[in-house]
Amino acid sequence: MTALSTDPAQAARPGTGLRVALFATCINDTMFPQTPKAVVTLLERLGCTVDFPMAQTCCGQMFTNTGYFDEALPTVRAYVDAFAGYDYVVGPSGSCIGSVREQHPMLAAHSGDTGLAAQVAKAVAASYDLSEFLVDVLKVTDVGAYFPHRVTYHSTCHSIRVAKVGDRPYQLLRAVRGIDLVPLEGADQCCGFGGTFSVKNPDVSVAMGADKARRVMDTGAEYLVAGDNSCLMHVGGLLHRMRSGVKPIHLAEILAQTGEGL
Amino acid sequence: MSQSAARRTPAPPEGTYLGMPRFPVAAKGALGNTQLRKNLRHATGVIRAKRGRVVAEVDRWEELRVAGAAIKDRTQRHLDSYLLQFEAAMTAAGGHVHWARDAAEANQIIVELVRAQGADEVVKVKSMATQEIDMNEALEAAGIAAWETDLAELIVQLGHDRPSHILVPAIHRNRSEVREIFLTEMGTYGTPPPADLTDDPAELAGAARRHLREKFLRASVAISGANFAVAETGTLVVVESEGNGRMCLTLPDTLISVVGIEKVVPTFADLEVFLQLLPRSSTGERMNPYTTMWTGVTPGDGPQNVHVVLIDNGRTEVLADPSGRAALRCIRCSACLNICPVYERVGGHAYGSVYPGPIGAVLTPQLRGTDSAIDRSLPYASTLCGACFEVCPVRIPIPDMLVHMRKRVVEAKHGDTTPHAESLMMKAGSWLFGDARRLAMAQKAAGLGRRIMPDSVSHLGPLPPPLARWANARDLPMPPTESFRSWWARERGGSSR
Repeated sequence: MTALSTDPAQAARPGTGLRVALFATCINDTMFPQTPKAVVTLLERLGCTVDFPMAQTCCGQMFTNTGYFDEALPTVRAYVDAFAGYDYVVGPSGSCIGSVREQHPMLAAHSGDTGLAAQVAKAVAASYDLSEFLVDVLKVTDVGAYFPHRVTYHSTCHSIRVAKVGDRPYQLLRAVRGIDLVPLEGADQCCGFGGTFSVKNPDVSVAMGADKARRVMDTGAEYLVAGDNSCLMHVGGLLHRMRSGVKPIHLAEILAQTGEGL
Repeated sequence: MSQSAARRTPAPPEGTYLGMPRFPVAAKGALGNTQLRKNLRHATGVIRAKRGRVVAEVDRWEELRVAGAAIKDRTQRHLDSYLLQFEAAMTAAGGHVHWARDAAEANQIIVELVRAQGADEVVKVKSMATQEIDMNEALEAAGIAAWETDLAELIVQLGHDRPSHILVPAIHRNRSEVREIFLTEMGTYGTPPPADLTDDPAELAGAARRHLREKFLRASVAISGANFAVAETGTLVVVESEGNGRMCLTLPDTLISVVGIEKVVPTFADLEVFLQLLPRSSTGERMNPYTTMWTGVTPGDGPQNVHVVLIDNGRTEVLADPSGRAALRCIRCSACLNICPVYERVGGHAYGSVYPGPIGAVLTPQLRGTDSAIDRSLPYASTLCGACFEVCPVRIPIPDMLVHMRKRVVEAKHGDTTPHAESLMMKAGSWLFGDARRLAMAQKAAGLGRRIMPDSVSHLGPLPPPLARWANARDLPMPPTESFRSWWARERGGSSR
């Protein structure tokens, strides 16, 4: 585990021989491309071969969670088509991977298409949040990252309660060289994003986000890190409006940095 | 209706739950109430921490949760036979069982039972079932005064208010507000408080005790709900913390219990599970302070005239829905309210129902339907954060059920004559996200839009409607000039597929 950090070039790389399909997620693909780019950098550094199946789109939870099951089904079909044949599908989002895992089987059952249900079961078994793939499959926590900044971590509800990534992100962050990881009070309480909740109930959403932002600022952190850019867009939007100077950053972007080329 | 005849009890607020504004509107009002925010933050924080401590000390808590859910599910599968078994056992023990299809039938039965005793007032044990059927107002209309004896329910009643929590209905009030209510209202309806009443909790409780004592000693009829009804023995169980329930359940000669049909459990031994789950989940206590159980009539001891009104009031409809019926497992502990980050900020009144919070958001639209604006908005009154399921002692999958209730709301909208903006957007989105080539085109358009903006603009500030819903308080990052997909195609020449 420590071999990598002491001499990453020489160590046996844990991902050698593994072919991984990157599920960028629609929000990262469209709004935060630096996150999936960081996943590519990180996984290739660990020895994996990374594919990006171009047929992928979205997990569909925007539709599912608003009550539009039929409208979500094309995204379920796109997911199983794009990732068929892969043993490892890795996404930098507890929420989107959680939706694939928990909601795609329900949507397939809703469609009455038994063929789709079987495809979904295969795709679900292959799908991992980035932190799960690193810790459980590659069995690394020290990925050779260097990030000399004060950072606080928000666990995001769907990461801990749907994808159930547990403390894997903490394990990964603790192993980053130079990092000053400070605890966030009430880290397990929702930030108030909630997908379409953020615009259907904007006032409650902002009230929750404001409390989260205040607690983030109380830590004195330079960066707020999470495994979901959607939550970061919400809390980060408040932090930016307040001119707090705290920057939102995805876990993958910290793990990708080695300090080389700085 | 003319109010010429003087009321016996304090009038509740004007209007009905169903006439209330939809959740986002009511919530916005509540968010502006600084005192309410402070009271809720403090109260939910204290009770949440207490629950967390006493649950953590039970090694086999998860096994208890699984058992609680299993007992409730099994009971519901055979509810018809368990209810008949309960009726037979209760009747054999000297009690009388009445069946009510809805609120109106239940209230009619109750009014007749009280009148048969020649009584014009009743003392009440705290009961959600009686709140649900609005029994107090039905009794008031019949010239019968119903006195709440639970301290928090008394505060709500004297305050011309509505409950805002299942377990602690006056959670939105602090002690100085309680003092004001007692000083202004108590004397009108019975023993007044001392003129020099302070906001010391012990003094406030003392004033309530003296006020209630004359009512306990005078009343010949008591009305309760029940936490559990044991089919095997015909036993009813009330779980409470103040002893007011014990007074009501033992002193008056006539006792009427209003019980939802989902409250039945098969055997006495099943109580073992629930009497561990309930106090730890609700008040954060290891053992419940006052647990009263009675099986029909015991000659010469306690009420000699014992009635049970079993109410359906929409429950069989809930039972018929596979994606909704788990709501009937609920034992009204309120753990989901106390943990809910939405409830913590807006309180119970915004939910427009006697059942607020996460359980209310799934139960109310099932019991009342989705015709009103408030009921259609309730399934959306959640971020789906999942904290409610984690604390639920009977494992009600509230987040999953909220999603199914949202689907039901969407289907109800399909019946409307004009198409909704939301459903048009969802259809367009489905088309866009259903095919990667279309998504790529949309991303290119966004990237072009980004290129005409100056590089110095990293975020969008306040925006006009409907974007204002996001941007009133939150800056929005600018889309990148190039999507990941496009970068990959350029850098890596597409992929295997």
